[in-house]
Amino acid sequence: MAGVRDIRRRIRSVRNMQQITKAMKMVSAAKLRKAQQKLNAARPYAHQLQGVLERLSQVPGDTVHPLLIKRPVQKVVYVVITSDRGLCGGYNSNLIRKTAGLIAETPQEVKLVTVGRKGRDFFRRGKIEFLAEFVALGDEPSYNQAKEIAQEVVRLYEQGEADEVYLMYTEFVSAINARPTQVKLLPIEKPEGKQSKQYIFEPSPDEILASLLPKYVETQIFRSILEGKASEQGARMTAMSSATDNAKDMIDRLSLIMNRARQAAITKEISEIVGGAAALD
Amino acid sequence: MAGTFSLRIVSPEGNVLKEDVEFAVIPGELGELGILPNHAPLIAGMDIGVLRYNLNGAVKRVAVAGGFVEVIENSAIVLADTAELSEDIDVARAQEARERAKKRLSTRTNEIDVRRAEYALRRAAARIEASVGKK
Repeated sequence: MAGVRDIRRRIRSVRNMQQITKAMKMVSAAKLRKAQQKLNAARPYAHQLQGVLERLSQVPGDTVHPLLIKRPVQKVVYVVITSDRGLCGGYNSNLIRKTAGLIAETPQEVKLVTVGRKGRDFFRRGKIEFLAEFVALGDEPSYNQAKEIAQEVVRLYEQGEADEVYLMYTEFVSAINARPTQVKLLPIEKPEGKQSKQYIFEPSPDEILASLLPKYVETQIFRSILEGKASEQGARMTAMSSATDNAKDMIDRLSLIMNRARQAAITKEISEIVGGAAALD
Repeated sequence: MAGTFSLRIVSPEGNVLKEDVEFAVIPGELGELGILPNHAPLIAGMDIGVLRYNLNGAVKRVAVAGGFVEVIENSAIVLADTAELSEDIDVARAQEARERAKKRLSTRTNEIDVRRAEYALRRAAARIEASVGKK
């Protein structure tokens, strides 16, 4: 049995760790709240943009925008949104596992665009080629960061580096529940909407569509980054919460062992004294 | 001229404004658009510029940078890339940005830089113009 002093040392180190996980849990709870707020703030815009796109799709146009054209698929690009930091439970590994599974099932040539350090580090070990990588988005990603990613993705698509683009991200369901999700980003599927009112368009519907579609891609990426951020903080909070609980269990167990060892030591000492005294008599 | 209509400005970062207004002027891509209550359904592209609206006789200004506007059923929804209410604008920062953009334009290097600088310059100018309305 380990000495009392060794056990005490271990308890102390576990307690220190518990303090850290507890602090991380509270920090991520605060960040989760912020991330959720940003996610909710982005919703009305995304919703309205979708609406305008639907309305625009009603207009019979003669020109078709390149981002809407379906091409024979030879090259597929996955945009994988992961976090920059670890210690967030299964957040990254769940998404990466799903992505890797999908890639294995894709018969076409697959390339990657990674967002976040964790995804990049994982896929770097594989054989799949990277077209772009974005890291260090921070805890509060801005729209401009999403825009940058979107512009790169659109550029790849227009140059024929990709015939289809999928977005892989973690959808935020609740603080303890997040779902790895795949959505098709490009070509954009024209939404089917019901016939609506006659609109005046200024400039022409085609021109509006041409400036709207890239924005649509931007908002989709922005939203999935925000979803990912919220999921990440939720996952981290849950992971840190259970780590704190585990540390508590460990301390309890170690305390028990330590007390027992101390008791044994005392008993031994007493019996030695008693034995010694008996020998003197 | 009767009544008001609802004006909503949303940006990707959140809701900026929701108010019942009497009249609004939107910087459209092909020129300014004046919107009165009961306007016909409209979808228009928006330029960088200043959006003005009248409420109880007072004129308020919002600096917007590109996007769209949809008018339907007596409400106007502005989808702006960015939108700043005049009272939220930091004039000193906007002026700084304008100077920076001007300087970059005077020492032109390559195509993309010029476009970005021009964009920044116009945005800064719109912000300064929008903030004129504030005390």
